[in-house]
Amino acid sequence: MLFYSFATILIGAAMGVIFSRNPVHAVMFLVLAFFESAMLWLLIEAEFLAIVLVLVYVGAVLVLFLFVVMMLDIDVERSKGGYTGYLPLGLVITGLMVIELMQIIWWRSSAEVASGGFVATPDGYSNTEALGAVLYTEHVYAFEIAAVILLLAIVAAITLTMRKRPGLKRQNISEQVAVKASDRLRIIKMDAEGQE
Amino acid sequence: MIGLQHYLTLAAILFSMSIAGIFVNRRNLILLLMCIELMLLAVNFNFIAFSRYLGDETGQVFVFFILTVAAAEAAIGLAILVVLFRNRRSINVQELDSMKG
Repeated sequence: MLFYSFATILIGAAMGVIFSRNPVHAVMFLVLAFFESAMLWLLIEAEFLAIVLVLVYVGAVLVLFLFVVMMLDIDVERSKGGYTGYLPLGLVITGLMVIELMQIIWWRSSAEVASGGFVATPDGYSNTEALGAVLYTEHVYAFEIAAVILLLAIVAAITLTMRKRPGLKRQNISEQVAVKASDRLRIIKMDAEGQE
Repeated sequence: MIGLQHYLTLAAILFSMSIAGIFVNRRNLILLLMCIELMLLAVNFNFIAFSRYLGDETGQVFVFFILTVAAAEAAIGLAILVVLFRNRRSINVQELDSMKG
């Protein structure tokens, strides 16, 4: 079945992200993981978010990750030195979490939650249209706050990474604006010189 | 029939795996950021599955905002990472101990 194959690839890609030593490979596995999730979201008819995930995440955020990974020139050899001593503890905690979540999802609620499929959407239903209808009416303030958060991210990222290099020739704009003609141009009086 | 529980199970496994990733990758800050992205993806899975199960679009609007905030978080996090690398020449978490935390 389609769901199981996508889910298997997704879990495999997540494994790749976690266990690959080379950060470039990890980013590539992350791209695969996001792509598979977009496919899974398409399967339950959340088309708009699936496309947004591919465009925004794979297209922008992961490319940003890839840029940073390649720019930083991390010494892969040194970071290769095996897993830290936290691996057993991490595996125990992860196993516990999976078991408990499975209990909640499957055992306790199997009676109440219908394990049937999702309700099919009616004919002519457009996911994008339905989302737009609530996004710009009920959630319009949240939408504008999201825009402000993006602006904040732009400003923060630029101010964090901007640096002043020594020896760079820069304009001093206030000095340029405040300058007077008399600072630059000297008019001198002299007698006219006739042509001999 | 693939239903709500299958999607919740997949999200739970994905979330737990990214927690394991945070435990395992204690050497590389970039991999930690990637694990956080995976975690957010698992949360988004839950939101979308419940949104479809309940027939309510609000969950999908929430995912939209989570994606926005996650993009902002990734941009700022990577900017901090670049500055850190420029100052310390290393992104190994275990060497970042100047605050003695």
